Amino acid sequence: MKGPVTLISGIVPTPALGVPAERRGLLLGVKGWAGVMSAFITIAVLVPILNLAVPPDSAFHLGDYYVALGGKIMCYAICALAMDLIWGYTGILSLGHGLFFALGGYAMGMYLMRQIGRDGNYQSDLPDFMVFLDWKALPWHWTFSDSFVIQMLFVVLVPGLLAFVFGFFAFRSRIKGVYFSIITQAMTFAAMLLFFRNETGFGGNNGFTDFKRILGIPIAQPSTRMVLFVVTGLTLIGFFLLARAIVNSKYGRVLQAIRDAESRVMFSGYDPLAYKLSIWTLSAVMCGVAGALYVPQVGIINPGEMSPAAGIEIAIWAAVGGRATLIGPIVGAFFVNGAKSWFTVAFPEFWLYFLGALFIAVTLFLPHGIVGLFRKKTEERA
Amino acid sequence: MQFSRRTFAMSLSAVALAVTGLSAHAQATIKVGVLHSLSGTMAISETVLKDTVLMAIDEINAKGGVLGKKLEPVVVDPASNWPLFAEKAKQLIGQDKVAVVFGCWTSVSRKSVLPVFEELNGLLFYPVQYEGEELSKNVFYTGAAPNQQAIPAVEYLMSKAGGGAKRWVLLGTDYVYPRTTNKILRAFLKSKGVDDKDIEEKYTPFGHADYQTIVADVKKFAAGGKTAVISTINGDSNVPFYKELGNAGLKAKDVPVVAFSVGEEELRGVDTKPLVGHLAAWNYFMSIKNPSNDEFIKKWSAYAKAKNIAGHKDKPITNDPMEATYIGIHMWKQAVEKAKSTDTDKVIAAMAGQTFKAPSGITSKMDEKNHHLHKSVFIGEVKADGQFNVVWKTPGPVQAKPWSPFIAGNDKKKDEPEKK
Amino acid sequence: MSLRLLLRWSLVCLVAWLGSGAAHALTAEQARALVAGEAETRIAALNAVLPNADEKTVALIQAIADDAVKYTDDAVYVMKDGKGYDPVTGVQAKVPANAEDVVNNNLLRSELDTALAAIKLFSSDDKVRADAVKTLQGSDADEAKLPLIEQAYAAEKVSHIKDALSAVRSALLLASTDKAKRLEAAKALGASGSPAVKTLLIERAKVETEPDVRKQIELALQSIEGRLAWGERLGVVFTGISLGSILLLVALGLAIIYGLMGVINMAHGELMMIGAYATYLVQNIFRAHFPGAFDWYMLAAVPAAFAVAALVGAVLERSVIRWLYGRPLETLLATWGISLMLMQLVRSIFGAQNVQVENPSWMSGGVDVMSNLTLPFNRIAIIAFAALVLAGVALLIARTRLGLFVRGVTQNRRMAACVGVNTSRVDMYAFALGAGTAGLAGCALSQVGNVGPDLGQSYIVDSFLVVVLGGVGQLAGTVVAALGLGVLNKLLEGWAGAVLAKIMVLLFIVVFIQKRPQGLFAMKGRSAEA
Repeated sequence: MKGPVTLISGIVPTPALGVPAERRGLLLGVKGWAGVMSAFITIAVLVPILNLAVPPDSAFHLGDYYVALGGKIMCYAICALAMDLIWGYTGILSLGHGLFFALGGYAMGMYLMRQIGRDGNYQSDLPDFMVFLDWKALPWHWTFSDSFVIQMLFVVLVPGLLAFVFGFFAFRSRIKGVYFSIITQAMTFAAMLLFFRNETGFGGNNGFTDFKRILGIPIAQPSTRMVLFVVTGLTLIGFFLLARAIVNSKYGRVLQAIRDAESRVMFSGYDPLAYKLSIWTLSAVMCGVAGALYVPQVGIINPGEMSPAAGIEIAIWAAVGGRATLIGPIVGAFFVNGAKSWFTVAFPEFWLYFLGALFIAVTLFLPHGIVGLFRKKTEERA
Repeated sequence: MQFSRRTFAMSLSAVALAVTGLSAHAQATIKVGVLHSLSGTMAISETVLKDTVLMAIDEINAKGGVLGKKLEPVVVDPASNWPLFAEKAKQLIGQDKVAVVFGCWTSVSRKSVLPVFEELNGLLFYPVQYEGEELSKNVFYTGAAPNQQAIPAVEYLMSKAGGGAKRWVLLGTDYVYPRTTNKILRAFLKSKGVDDKDIEEKYTPFGHADYQTIVADVKKFAAGGKTAVISTINGDSNVPFYKELGNAGLKAKDVPVVAFSVGEEELRGVDTKPLVGHLAAWNYFMSIKNPSNDEFIKKWSAYAKAKNIAGHKDKPITNDPMEATYIGIHMWKQAVEKAKSTDTDKVIAAMAGQTFKAPSGITSKMDEKNHHLHKSVFIGEVKADGQFNVVWKTPGPVQAKPWSPFIAGNDKKKDEPEKK
Repeated sequence: MSLRLLLRWSLVCLVAWLGSGAAHALTAEQARALVAGEAETRIAALNAVLPNADEKTVALIQAIADDAVKYTDDAVYVMKDGKGYDPVTGVQAKVPANAEDVVNNNLLRSELDTALAAIKLFSSDDKVRADAVKTLQGSDADEAKLPLIEQAYAAEKVSHIKDALSAVRSALLLASTDKAKRLEAAKALGASGSPAVKTLLIERAKVETEPDVRKQIELALQSIEGRLAWGERLGVVFTGISLGSILLLVALGLAIIYGLMGVINMAHGELMMIGAYATYLVQNIFRAHFPGAFDWYMLAAVPAAFAVAALVGAVLERSVIRWLYGRPLETLLATWGISLMLMQLVRSIFGAQNVQVENPSWMSGGVDVMSNLTLPFNRIAIIAFAALVLAGVALLIARTRLGLFVRGVTQNRRMAACVGVNTSRVDMYAFALGAGTAGLAGCALSQVGNVGPDLGQSYIVDSFLVVVLGGVGQLAGTVVAALGLGVLNKLLEGWAGAVLAKIMVLLFIVVFIQKRPQGLFAMKGRSAEA
């Protein structure tokens, strides 16, 4: 277990100042690695057994519904993690990250739509929605859509490129704070309107749905679902470790400095543009990957995922869990989405009261989120 | 670290929840799922359908239930969120083990739950008029297909009694139902000799509220000849559209507008005086006078008052999707009794040919093969009080053609679900 | 010519011929034939009875057109003030409970309007005659009615009515069998600016056989289209200003709050929604208790909307926002949470459905500025209202003590506190003012669109963009940005469609902000940190 860790810490030298001893040489402390291992075992071993091996009528069987729900929430957790990197550590609040999530989702969705092949309603080579729009051939942006490799490249490239261009111009003009948040909202709103148009060629309001296969394997099987679940879980763990490495490094220190006092960082000789742009692009790519993993598990993508409201929810997961902790947003994503699934069944009329009150309570009383609350309690006890 | 242990604990508690969820429940009830948006943009239209199902369940239970067991409703709120529709459908069928689901409104929601119902072999009753081009073994469509709503309406407007329109504006919200319906209508108009330059197609997004430019365009287009507008605008965009139409002075006798998604409920939010004379095509209107409709309206008014349903307790209104829901649940009950079981495949077989005395005055019949109802078509003009005056109706029920003959390639399609 | 046209115009000329003759009294059978049965039979009965129409017949026809007649199997009742009168005798009769309303379809309505217009052509009242001619202008033409028109034309003394009659006459002559008359008519019609005339000319051009008449028709069409194009251009400008005025109302409150406190209030849309619901409640109160004064409910609704929204804003400020000053991003999230709760609260109280807010009658309909340009009254009223609100707010900020404090705190909070301004109280008043303005916006929006719990969501992004574009600290920025965006949006819409226009406007703003991050009109002397 020490092998990969020393490799990572060798590549990214950690400074000695102000970093707890346990984190200097290793990425995480003993408790941290124990947590990661137990999460790994749960995801890769326990859940598959409980869902696939244990018979359905046993008390220990984990229903398909929960596997799908867990996979979905883990995708959201990746987004929350990405938000923490830019907001918690760099002080950039984006309300438009739902856009990058959705773009990754659409890239995957395009591939899945082509995988339906001739099994759609119209038995045509074209996806169903193109048939009812009377299109005779695939539009230009669908050219590579039957290649898994290229579409997966798009999952990374499209959100990344868009984020890079947008971020370059925005950060260069030194737009920050509330103004920046508002224009990210404008960007995601414009994209949502664009994708809602049927002429744009992304299925309009219907989006993409009715997937049949991925890489030739049927999607609706429990085994495929489990594989997707495990892959999502491992991606989450992987991104978490990556984020931890970034934050512990010198690069991460500059990010936090930018968050705390950007002018001083500039006066000290650093150019914040490169730092902000790189972390911004990375977080967009993370969201794109999360979107790509989300779509086959949920079975549908439509422009509603790009709505300004979706982007704001990502911010609240990070805030509820605890900004600048990395584990906090993951906790926050689980907590809020778990509560949503429960409330919309048990007390559907009260869900929005709860969510609204959560927003208010967290900003007023829990500026460090749930994780911050726990830490305070443990420090008080110690 | 304590916190990833929390994550672990959370997944364990999820397992625990699963256990409790799956615990054996009493066999004395039959569960019926209700999958309608109770919040979000579609709540305006869908909430009343949930109440209609609950009313019908109360009625059936009062007469002894089905196969000696009471019906138990399981209501969930997919909140006008299409992925959530699929998730809730999975939950209803897989977790709650409902025997049947009544739900959906928009075609997006129906298309997102379709794979779930087909995979888990569930049963869905879909009560809303739609664009056709679908025929699933696991769905019964109690709303109108285009040939039971759109085509008769256009034929009426072409006729002398309807104004003899020569030019057509196809105005819709940008999604599958208006797009497909307009495609069918365009082919139909062409088959009647209407030129392409006399047809104009326009789309606006959901929630669009500023119709000034569009109304001005309609006025300009209408200067080229007697024009009729076919509106497939959905949801609350209808209110600003009609307000703009009324204020711009486009009177129904000059440019009649026929809408397919505007019923009594949608007119509630509008000042109807400038709209007198504009039309709607449905298979049911609240103003139809016959004993079964009177009884239906009376039942609904009493129920709304007793359950304090917002809006309906003071001014009860019934509309076509409510009637379709009501017919659907009663037909399902009859099919279960005929099949002597709630097993999906047996009920599907027993549904063929079911009849029910519908509030619209006809005896509604479920087609033996194509999972659609035979429906009469009514064309109504808006009255100043928000009700409709029936100006034309088909002589008898019309059989549905879910695969429209006006779309290329549909002639190869069978009039029954594919055997998958 | 179709049978329907022939029937319609033959009845008109019969009226002319026999109008001066002895009028035959209305009989009960005729009254019944006019109200009961299929549309076709009723139209035939109408044509039969019209030539000898006496006063009672005319009154009955008018009542049918006004939807004020009921009938049973035996009798017909003309309703006036809730009481039923026999159409033949004029005697009041008790209306049985099972009497049905007489309902007309579009076709009947056209026929009734034409019949009434034909009768009114010979009225002694100028306005009645002018309206009658206008109605005739809108309908199809048939040469058979020409003698009638010639007769009316000859007898007409009032010049503008005579001109209108001349246009109707030319429209009729266009179908004449005499080529010279057709040529003259086509030439005369070129001077018109009416779309109905354009329709007529297009239809005629399809069947015209004589080449020089056809050429004349084309020339006439060109000149009409030129005139109509002006109407369209003005129409675009008006719609742009209308949209701009709505954006201004919506963004004004936000601009005040953001300029003063740096608070981005995501609940701004919901404050507008509250104002709209307040208008709805006032409307209901008036409908229930003061039905006669219903047309004036807006006078009560405007202050009510302001007061309720301002109150809610003050409560929000005191309870939540006050603790978040200096933390704009947290305020953004907290106010978003407030907006969710407010929406759900309204849903629980009023239901998820939209509620009906009726325009008062003076706001319904429009004014015909040109023959193809109708300016709706409700939009004109909103433009005027936006101007008034702007003037009011500007005066408040520039001339009052509170405005002075607001300006001071905006420019330098610490210094203002040092000189004794109670900044906390100023914040509350300013927030209440911004919220109240949002309420006024909601009141205006209730007259043009839906009133439902989601009302605020449709305008929130637009209002932020107007504030961001206009720059903070000066109302002029908000005004210019709002009007500019409105007109730009409408110009693009005519060319690219509503959605693409919106997208282009959004992208334009994003790019503009990159170039000029502080907005159009920025306050001078801002610190390096935004």
